[in-house]
Amino acid sequence: MVDVPYDRIAGIPPAEAPDVELYHPKSWLTRYVFSQDAKVIAIQYSLTASAIGLVALVLSWLMRLQLGFPGTFSFIDANQYLQFITMHGMIMVIYLLTALFLGGFGNYLIPLMVGARDMVFPYVNMLSYWIYLLAVLVLASTFFVPGGPTGAGWTLYPPQAILSGTPGQDWGIVLMLSSLILFIIGFTMGGLNYVVTVLQARTRGMTLMRLPLTVWGIFTATVMALLAFPALFVGSVMMLLDRLLGTSFFMPSLVEMGQLSKYGGGSPLLFQHLFWFFGHPEVYIVALPAFGIVSDLISTHARKNIFGYRMMVWAIVAIGALSFVVWAHHMYVSGMYPYFGYFFATTTLIIAIPTALKVYNWVLTLWRGNIHLTPPMLFALGFIVTFVNGGLTGLFLGNVVVDVPLSDTMFVVAHFHMVMGVAPIMVVLGAIYHWYPKVTGRMLNDVLGKFHFWVTFLGAYLIFFPMHYLGLLGVPRRYFELGEAAFIPPSAHSLNEFITVVALTVGFAQMVFLFNLAWSLFEGAPSGGNPWRATTLEWQTPETPPGHGNWGKELPIVYRWAYDYSVPGAAEDFIPQNQPPTTGAVQGATP
Amino acid sequence: MSAVILFLAVIAVIAGWWLSQQRLTAKPWLEAGPIDDFPGTDATTWPAAKVGLGVFLAVAGSLFALFISAYSMRMNMADWRTMPVPTVLWFNTGVLVLSSVALQWAYVATRRNDIDGVIVGLLAGGAAAITFLAGQLVAWQQLSAAGYFVASNPANAFFYMITAVHGLHLTGGLVALGRTTAKVWHRNAATDEMHLSIELCAIYWHFLLLVWLVLLGLLTGWTNDFVDICRQLLS
Repeated sequence: MVDVPYDRIAGIPPAEAPDVELYHPKSWLTRYVFSQDAKVIAIQYSLTASAIGLVALVLSWLMRLQLGFPGTFSFIDANQYLQFITMHGMIMVIYLLTALFLGGFGNYLIPLMVGARDMVFPYVNMLSYWIYLLAVLVLASTFFVPGGPTGAGWTLYPPQAILSGTPGQDWGIVLMLSSLILFIIGFTMGGLNYVVTVLQARTRGMTLMRLPLTVWGIFTATVMALLAFPALFVGSVMMLLDRLLGTSFFMPSLVEMGQLSKYGGGSPLLFQHLFWFFGHPEVYIVALPAFGIVSDLISTHARKNIFGYRMMVWAIVAIGALSFVVWAHHMYVSGMYPYFGYFFATTTLIIAIPTALKVYNWVLTLWRGNIHLTPPMLFALGFIVTFVNGGLTGLFLGNVVVDVPLSDTMFVVAHFHMVMGVAPIMVVLGAIYHWYPKVTGRMLNDVLGKFHFWVTFLGAYLIFFPMHYLGLLGVPRRYFELGEAAFIPPSAHSLNEFITVVALTVGFAQMVFLFNLAWSLFEGAPSGGNPWRATTLEWQTPETPPGHGNWGKELPIVYRWAYDYSVPGAAEDFIPQNQPPTTGAVQGATP
Repeated sequence: MSAVILFLAVIAVIAGWWLSQQRLTAKPWLEAGPIDDFPGTDATTWPAAKVGLGVFLAVAGSLFALFISAYSMRMNMADWRTMPVPTVLWFNTGVLVLSSVALQWAYVATRRNDIDGVIVGLLAGGAAAITFLAGQLVAWQQLSAAGYFVASNPANAFFYMITAVHGLHLTGGLVALGRTTAKVWHRNAATDEMHLSIELCAIYWHFLLLVWLVLLGLLTGWTNDFVDICRQLLS
């Protein structure tokens, strides 16, 4: 990298950047398909993730139809039901949320927000997308192979995951594990880019403490993902060997279909340790980018600097570190050494501290802010409420004695859907409303956006609040039919019907959003470069949508942090990060 | 899971040290101003590829630490039967050390601008690495000939799996090394970019040698005492 000489007398040097050799596409194919431009890759990631996410949404409708009206739909049998829940969970957690937050938002926002021209390894970045696409295709192919997809549940616990009797025992589980391995390889390629771009390609003046919290969130989540995904990789490889070569890493001796199986001596608990060593950080891999993005949405749309920026950064780092020592709180009923449970309950409660700190800071940012109830702001507010709700039930489940009776009930389903289903999706939707103008140059329709928000937000509560109650009654998760059980009153069945009706309604309301995305692409009001009057660099590009290389001849120079909103004495209520300080004016907001 | 926790603790110390240099206690809202007020907090001047390799080594290290964790948990089960160590492994280890040394030599030669030395070093390193991989296959063959099949005992399964993963990493390295060697050979000169490539290859080789020595200690059972001590400390 060439260091531009600095001449103090002449002032700040122009940051001409001959040091970055940009890859220039020569044909339509290399510009839009095999593109090495992070912005194109971001859109490819987002579209692929959304497409497979829609499949998972349809699967959830099928599950709800069965739960709400058992016995009515002859095309859903018990095996298929198990396959639906497995694929729904796996797709939503990994192939949708992880890919969308890191591959989608990460690729689009990191280079623009740090003032870089592109990711540092564009070719590897392109490979990352194509391997991800391959992983998605392998996963989707399981719907068409003999026996169908695996029905082992998204946690894929052995021994049942690879035994006969579990649907998809032939091909489904093998392809699922292969797809996961591919996903991890592809993600590692992308992740290297996100981390090294933040470390190496920040523009002049962009110190770490001037980074927008979105970048902090995505950066920390990527570091965590790079270290945690290997655990899933190891677990997947070992289970694949158990399934294909007959090793006994995880498989104990057992009787299968009346005969002693070839396996013996393995430890199913070992898989659970590996799985949750990945699985718990995964929660925060999804949550941290959401935390970061929501901070920026709130600050921009409340026209106020983020409250406690330093604390927000420290909290992100602390959550990232702590999330590696809480994994066994998913295993209280697994039969592990009981005293471990108390250790992990303690660490789980400790991680609530930085998380709660972030919630307080969001609320204090809103306090006496100039709140604009735009769709991004509405979704950000929806996120805070939902996340607090999901977090509170997390306190229940984090404690061993409360968790044991609630394990494997609908209460758990309600908890994790609130905290890492609905809450991150709120952020994804808010972020799309927020950045769509930058990506396309046009605004999304405001009225449709507000309609979309209220149906989604209220609907999500109508779906998941009653599930907590079902869980407290003892209604188990993953059951095809409840049958006649004395502890389940008739009202539980009515409640299930109600949830199904609302779930279908909310699902179809998402079509309004898809329509809005498509319609606004051609008919939306032109947005201009900076419609939200935001401070961060991505809104200061010379072109909208940003051209190849993001910036003109010169890279932007950063003079201030990302949250100079409503600065006393300033001409406007926001000061872009790349605006030089003028002598005499009051600089910086009061803390 | 103590091996991987230990590994992550090391990573956390490195990350913490780096973060401590970054003025995380700054109050950025008070610090609008010229960009050179805070030297040392901009992006570093290291080449991106070198930082990228560093991050990748952390990922690969995490992967091997997790394999080691799984190994040390599984070996406590009743059905574990330690397997004999094929003698060829000692030969292989020696060859891998030579490979690493040769690449280090190539790297040193780049600094002296000794292009012949560079080419010899690269070729010798590559040849030794290929010999190592062939030797690992011989070890597999000897074991399976002696009846130690992959599915007959978890110790065997771990041996085959871990050596395969290590071998695949080395194979990936050979692709990069092959490209670098071809470029140097073709131009018969070493540009700055090639200097960097050679340095990165050497770093990667040293890493894989280190990993192999740890794995060898584990697979031959030398480190069992150490593992036991760690376990006792933790429980």
